[in-house]
Amino acid sequence: MNNREFIAKRIAKELKDGDVVNLGIGMPTMVANYIPEDVQIMLQAENGILGVGPKPALGEERLDCIDAGGNYVTTVKGASFFDSSFSFCIIRGGHVDITVLGALEVDEEGNVANWMIPGKKVPGMGGAMDLVVGAKKVILAMEHVNKDGSPKILKKCKLPLTAIHVAKTIVTDMAVFDVILGEGLVLKEIAPGLSVEEVQRVTEAEFVVSPELKIIVV
Amino acid sequence: MINKLMTAREAVRKVKDGDTLMVGGFLAGGHPQNLVSALVDTSSAGNLSIVSNDTGTQELSIYELIKSGRVKQIYASYIGSNPETGRLLMTGEASVQLFPQGTLAEKIRAGGAGLGGVLTPVGIGTVVEEGKRKIDIDGREYLLEMPLKANVAFIKAHKADETGNLVINGSARNFNIVMATAADYVIAEVENYVKAGEIDPNYVNVPGIFVDAIVKVG
Repeated sequence: MNNREFIAKRIAKELKDGDVVNLGIGMPTMVANYIPEDVQIMLQAENGILGVGPKPALGEERLDCIDAGGNYVTTVKGASFFDSSFSFCIIRGGHVDITVLGALEVDEEGNVANWMIPGKKVPGMGGAMDLVVGAKKVILAMEHVNKDGSPKILKKCKLPLTAIHVAKTIVTDMAVFDVILGEGLVLKEIAPGLSVEEVQRVTEAEFVVSPELKIIVV
Repeated sequence: MINKLMTAREAVRKVKDGDTLMVGGFLAGGHPQNLVSALVDTSSAGNLSIVSNDTGTQELSIYELIKSGRVKQIYASYIGSNPETGRLLMTGEASVQLFPQGTLAEKIRAGGAGLGGVLTPVGIGTVVEEGKRKIDIDGREYLLEMPLKANVAFIKAHKADETGNLVINGSARNFNIVMATAADYVIAEVENYVKAGEIDPNYVNVPGIFVDAIVKVG
């Protein structure tokens, strides 16, 4: 199991029966592969689907059934379609229980940066800003450090923000943190074989260790 | 009954120099491919402002339009699939304004619905709030986002009847419905054209009064 699979598997455990869930592009999409069989969720795609299903069979692809990443999808029983305005009524109006998104940086205050790197990459925010502000719970799926080993969990984000005070749970290949608004980060779980010191060494943000610290089980 | 049926070439003549043009679609889903092609190939209108969720992908005709040098301004939420829009933003050859996707949808809805603007919490604490009025409602901050209107809208539908009533299937609804309300002249590219009365009123997505021209393709 690679890091991305590990993170996606751990996040899948956060989903409860009946949840409305929006998964971002990339690692967050992988979460759908690991949802327990007894948990039925409704996946929302911000381009206008509630009840996204698996990939269609070869030859069954339809341009009027794509997800927000432009991939062909199917719909599950009970699904519905709507336009963009209504879709963001669902998102901004607080009708999405959980959104899972990738992040470039997150900080002690739950601020998130995930949409641009000035001078390098400006793909646009798409629906990310609406999702993190509107969803009841924001879970960040991210590798613990950048490719060069530098921390992504910071005291203060440096990149342009997606939103302030929105991250609730951070799941990395090394740890699971909860973000308590006004207090900071709480280390809840740690990957097998790691020490708290090893996590702190690659985390710029301060955190407290939960008295009920657990080993991550996927 | 006014005959709204015409060729793409006839319909796109409505686009004049300096116009604001809304283009429906989300990536390839619901993109009015033939109308945009006709504009690129048969019209010389320049100095255009384009409103599009994502300015499409390299495989779509909107890519050619963005590349044509005839666009001075772009309003979008995501441009990561059209490298030409990113290039225009980086070089400053065109003004590219990015909005959160839900905000873009609501700006267009406000334009079509006669609203003076919308208040959204999305973008607070980010670069999106720059230059915008902030209004406190019951202790929470909101951004005032102004309406967006257009001279012409290009939209895509599955079916039209003679009166212009449209059926748009699945996730192709996206921005096509809301854009139909916010432009002075609305051109619908449709796959099927039927007599008035042949679409059950229960299944009309866009009432015919919003549609000025129908272009049958395929």
